[in-house]
Amino acid sequence: MPNIDIDAPGSNQLFIGNEAMARGALEAGIGWASAYPGTPSSEILGSLAEVAKKRDIYVEWSVNEKVAMEAGAAASFAGIRSLVAMKMNGLNTVIDFLSTVILSGIGKKGLVLIVGDDPAAHSSSNESDSRPVSKWLDIPLVEPGDFQEAKDMMPYLYDISEEFGTICIMRSVTRVAHARGNIRLGVIPKVEHKARFEQYFDPAAPMPTPIMCVPSSFRHMFQHMRLDKVREKFEASPYNKYVGPEKPDLLIVTSGSGWLYSQDAVNALKAENRIGILKLGTLWPLPEKLVKSCLSRADKVLFIEETDPFLEGVIMEFAAGFSPESKRNLFYGNHTRHLNSFGELTPDTVIKAITGVLDIKYAPRDAEYMKKVEAVPQQYIMDRLLTFCPGCPHRASFWAIKNALAMDGRNGFVTGDIGCYSMALGPAGFFQTRTHQCMGAGAGLANGFGQLHRFGFDQPVISVVGDSTFYHSIIPGLVNGVHNHSDFTLVILDNGATAMTGFQPHPGTELTAMGEPAAQISMENICRAIGARVEVCDPFDLKNTTRTMLDLIEQKEGARVAIMRRTCELVRQKKEEKPYKMKIDPEKCLGEDCGCNRLCTRVFRCPGLIWDPVARKTKLDEVICNECGVCADVCPEGAITKEAVA
Amino acid sequence: MKKLAKDPINVVVAGVGGQGNVMVTLVLGNTLVHDGYFVTIGETYGASQRGGSVMSHLKISAEKQYSPLIPEGQADIVLGMEPVETLRVLKSYGNQNLVTVLNPRPIHPVDFTGSGAGYPDMESLLKQVTSMSAKTYVVAATEEAQKLGNTMLANMILIGALIQTGLVAISQEAIEKTIKDMFPKAVKENIAALNKGRELAAKQ
Repeated sequence: MPNIDIDAPGSNQLFIGNEAMARGALEAGIGWASAYPGTPSSEILGSLAEVAKKRDIYVEWSVNEKVAMEAGAAASFAGIRSLVAMKMNGLNTVIDFLSTVILSGIGKKGLVLIVGDDPAAHSSSNESDSRPVSKWLDIPLVEPGDFQEAKDMMPYLYDISEEFGTICIMRSVTRVAHARGNIRLGVIPKVEHKARFEQYFDPAAPMPTPIMCVPSSFRHMFQHMRLDKVREKFEASPYNKYVGPEKPDLLIVTSGSGWLYSQDAVNALKAENRIGILKLGTLWPLPEKLVKSCLSRADKVLFIEETDPFLEGVIMEFAAGFSPESKRNLFYGNHTRHLNSFGELTPDTVIKAITGVLDIKYAPRDAEYMKKVEAVPQQYIMDRLLTFCPGCPHRASFWAIKNALAMDGRNGFVTGDIGCYSMALGPAGFFQTRTHQCMGAGAGLANGFGQLHRFGFDQPVISVVGDSTFYHSIIPGLVNGVHNHSDFTLVILDNGATAMTGFQPHPGTELTAMGEPAAQISMENICRAIGARVEVCDPFDLKNTTRTMLDLIEQKEGARVAIMRRTCELVRQKKEEKPYKMKIDPEKCLGEDCGCNRLCTRVFRCPGLIWDPVARKTKLDEVICNECGVCADVCPEGAITKEAVA
Repeated sequence: MKKLAKDPINVVVAGVGGQGNVMVTLVLGNTLVHDGYFVTIGETYGASQRGGSVMSHLKISAEKQYSPLIPEGQADIVLGMEPVETLRVLKSYGNQNLVTVLNPRPIHPVDFTGSGAGYPDMESLLKQVTSMSAKTYVVAATEEAQKLGNTMLANMILIGALIQTGLVAISQEAIEKTIKDMFPKAVKENIAALNKGRELAAKQ
């Protein structure tokens, strides 16, 4: 597969949206990119990292989004085009900085933030919509409608950022960021980056000043003046377009993923002569003249948007101010329940919204086939619950935690965090996790639970976090816990990678994003320096890990730490052969008649183990099993055996 | 690039996280884009990587860029890497004209295992799939891949079978070029697997 910097202008490539944005950033001549991984945004920085040295740009996986944002702003302040990327959860952590950088303005070179939203929360703990932040904080925001735009809008956005001296945001969604489509490549310019931080000549002051947000009200007024100028620019943007008849029966107003879905839906309904589509690429500030002229085309207007009714809100608000002699539209969308403000858009939800407004009949399948569809036995297509990979160290870690908590007997529980181990809410982690919010929340909650003994609370509390999460947002929670003598155990599942998002490095790993040797920060040294007791164990050593956990749980002296260290199975298998040859002796396996009542397949549930309902024995699925050896220590009868591979 | 008999051609690739679903659509997509077609691929991944149901939608067009999702009942071809997942997709996207290419090797959902129910009876499962498809190709891709020495080659065997149906506008020459570009260290093995898939489908 070619890298994103393939030197073939004019050629067509198949890129995911994130690669298209990264390519666009290269064509815009960026010199800096920083990010913290998060689905669906991770491939932006990942693909830039692969070409960073060759293209002479600096690319960094930062410890968290806040640092990525501020470090990226410094590059802009010093005259380097700078890109920062994150998922919507990360945006929440940079709001404070954004609210001041819109006042201070940026440096001489552009600053662009890409935020990847995840409607339907395919790989997230929420599905919040980032677009309202543009209106809230006065930040210009664009949204690509297809893959080509995801690339082409990047140089456009840097030009806007520099012309008006403001940070700009590109919002993408999973079905743009993580979908693939055709990209016609442009030229990557050769840029001589020269960084220097000078006193900034501020046209608003007007005098050389530090880049600062005070006097805030004055600068706030100035940002509003800038937004008015950006609005004028957006009126003629090539990324806003109307397609359809001169006077349609229905005008669809859409943006982002809704653009392709709306076209597909109109196409499926064969309603090209009845429906027009206004697709907005520049959402904020709203190009009001363009919107007003399009609204005059039709009586009925339907908003097609992914997640929040953002355009629906701002356009209806705008239209409410029209003079009485202007056209009065009938608006449809979320407020009329033609579309939901949760879950993701699909061609079907758009078709349903349209047929709810216009009288068009649509039946995708004939009645005879629908009978077959309805006859499919539900037990054949039961949901496939997510689970840890075969050989994943987390399954063993949670097995040890579960058994230690059971032995302790005080109904202890885990406060969860964000990563693969979030799956411990379900059977994958034996239902040990009882809270699940955002990155860092598990440790914060444990701090609170750990102080409630004065009100009679006596349950042990374990905050389980990943290694990348530890550096990202756990350290302040541990400082607080040690300082205030909160009673909880912090477990760090150290698998040596940011596994959930694609094995990005973090401050504990050996290499930087650009593949250079990193200064590895030892998590045990940090924890010990804070003053916590620290134990390190190998989760595959179930006996010792369980014993250590029990000992830590039963200590009642403030925050303490267990580091459960073993490489992510997906990383290990790329470097090494399978460590064991596993076997199940059918003579020894007693199945349901065993005292354990098939503990291995009923509770441990590694996908490598399957239940044969005819023989009534556990079997190994040799295609799936990674032969890690852990289940041999789970089987009480010794029916499962591991033999080390020489 | 040829005009397509139907435009767009809608393909659903159905499987389980970790099977290589994304790679399959990438091989098909790269080949088609280099032949001048518009290709859009919608994938479910992220959390679904871990043993969940994974589905990719692939739309092929000679005319324009389509959205990444196929509407209900509008699939033309289902490439089923796993039987239960194939049936799941047919329920949502199947229709009377649809062609299915299926690998009958099951991946046991941990819930089936945990409840003690075991995997659904394969014969009835295949009967369901066949009754919901105009034509079904059953290709024992995992078994054949094991014979070739690497279970991951099952995906290339399925791609071979899919191309053999003649429904996806991909020539032998074009796919061989993609294999050379994408898997330069394993060209021979992949082409052997591809041809094995073609051979198995040609017999059906």
